[in-house]
Amino acid sequence: MSRGIVQYIILRALMIIPTVLVLYTIVFLFMRVLPGNPILAVVGTKNIPPEQMKHLMHIAGLDKPLYVQYFDYLWQLLHGNFGVTLAFPMGVPVSDYLKLRFPATLELTIWSFTISIIIGLITGTIGAIKKGTIVDTSMRLYSIIAYTLFIPWFGMILQYIFGVWLHVLPTSGRISPNVNLHTITGLYVLDSIITENWPALVSSVKHLILPSLTLGIVLSGAYTRIVRNNMVEVLNQDFIRAYKARGVKDWKITWYALKNAFIPIITLMGLQFAILLGGAILTETTFNWPGMGTFIIDRIEYRDYNAIQGTVVFFAFFVGLISLIVDLIYALLDPRVKY
Amino acid sequence: MLEVEDLTVYYYTSKGVVRAVEGVSFSISKREWITFVGESGSGKSTVAQAVIRLVPYPGKIQGGKILFNGKNILELNKKEMRKLRGREISMVFQDPMTSLDPLRKIGDQVVEAMTEHGVDEEEAKKRAIKLLKRVNIPEDRIDYYPHQLSGGQRQRVAIAIAAALEPSLIIADEPTTALDVIVQESIMELLQELKNSGTSIMFVTHDISLAFERSDRIAVMYAGKVCELGRSEELVSNPIHPYLKALLDSVPDVHSDKKVKAIPGNPPDLRNPPSGCRFHPRCPFASEICKKEEPELVELEKGHFVACHEVV
Repeated sequence: MSRGIVQYIILRALMIIPTVLVLYTIVFLFMRVLPGNPILAVVGTKNIPPEQMKHLMHIAGLDKPLYVQYFDYLWQLLHGNFGVTLAFPMGVPVSDYLKLRFPATLELTIWSFTISIIIGLITGTIGAIKKGTIVDTSMRLYSIIAYTLFIPWFGMILQYIFGVWLHVLPTSGRISPNVNLHTITGLYVLDSIITENWPALVSSVKHLILPSLTLGIVLSGAYTRIVRNNMVEVLNQDFIRAYKARGVKDWKITWYALKNAFIPIITLMGLQFAILLGGAILTETTFNWPGMGTFIIDRIEYRDYNAIQGTVVFFAFFVGLISLIVDLIYALLDPRVKY
Repeated sequence: MLEVEDLTVYYYTSKGVVRAVEGVSFSISKREWITFVGESGSGKSTVAQAVIRLVPYPGKIQGGKILFNGKNILELNKKEMRKLRGREISMVFQDPMTSLDPLRKIGDQVVEAMTEHGVDEEEAKKRAIKLLKRVNIPEDRIDYYPHQLSGGQRQRVAIAIAAALEPSLIIADEPTTALDVIVQESIMELLQELKNSGTSIMFVTHDISLAFERSDRIAVMYAGKVCELGRSEELVSNPIHPYLKALLDSVPDVHSDKKVKAIPGNPPDLRNPPSGCRFHPRCPFASEICKKEEPELVELEKGHFVACHEVV
């Protein structure tokens, strides 16, 4: 690695900090604006003795002025500490939950991401090659429909078809309760391969299909469109005709065109990843997937400030990291990019 | 070697049918340098692209014959056409900035031009180094990407690729237009060398003085038709068609005080070309017949063809 690229990585990594800070601030304020607080959410009634309420607020540190709460938590974050949960159950480190929940979300995201790109590349390329024909029009129609699908609605339709009606795929959870899996990474598919636990592999893949297909198809719409448009543009370029003039085979030319069209798509992939995490929350609730999405929804009900702030900050870090990786891939694929 | 008869190419645009090339006939013999000269939109590039069957969308070869060594290439199927391209007929494009794949090393692109036609990898690599040397690209540049080379160097790489399989014909579609004058000369020199080693050159340019520089024969195109065709010495000393005369008058000469004369008017809209001779609205000698009847390309002297009513 050249010095330039190392410098670039450091610079980009530093840029994650302000992003995270801004997000933390927004979420902090947002949560305080919401009516209620963690104590009320746990107790479930406003009719508790004021002294007791005061006492509980003190334990949770919620009696301090807002700015003190803000900087206290920030101080914790700087030490890599996400704080403890404030509501039912109280006092559990948020990081314990993240360790448990994050792999579930990651696994779902990886699968959905892969599915969306594969569908997007295939449909987009076909559309571009058959530009102006009925095939192209139907691919574009697919793109719009996929893009506008509402995840819970689409997810439920898939659940109904494959779960209720055909009875071939499970509709909720990550793995069958009858299967024992020794977790190492928390990614069930990977873990079952590592431990050579084939029943667990089958079960976890089966559980992954519907949620990742739901999210993957919805996200593929944007790819279909941008792959098609980029491919059309690249296919019009001189070097494609030059390839033809040299007698290069058609499938090879399509491959070279795809490689060129892929460069701007990588940027989109970085952006899509953030949307993907948002979509993951909806998908997780639809399929009862025990990931960060269901966790954050659960914690919002409890007004669990620390857990929500911690999860969002973690999300932000993760998205920042992914976009950094995407940029590096970009540099790797395009020889013209220099740092 | 190459005989084109009555070639007609139309572009089916959303705004109407553009009759870009109509009834163009010519031949190219072995080791000959023929230049197509004309203004933008005269159809010269379209003729060149048609010869290798790469007329861009929405263009379509409407009729005619392109006989290459006696075989009509318009009747070849996709696979046969692919085998012909690069091996028998190859092409150098106008803009060297865009005619090489930006994501692949130049060496790989030169090698591929050969391996795609059955040359084995090792042999192709050896030949690629020789080819690049021949076009003055040092051996260590073989792993360079196109963006690391200058425009002139890229065009030389493109020529190396075109020449890789020693085709009988290289089509050079304005290969120097995007380059500066000094680099232009080195490209012309390279094409000349290729011609000397036995390849025919079909050169397309809008630069009339460049056209006369090295050509054996010249075809002057106007509005989709050939208006004069002949040996280049003959055309420069004895131009006959009013359009060619006007073209020659429009060339500035730094050594004399001769005034440059522009040709009045604009080239016609080929969706609706003028009746009769397509040049008549701009021609100072036009008479009634020019508006009504289309002049045919006739041989005035041996090998000197002109399409004009006034001189026949």
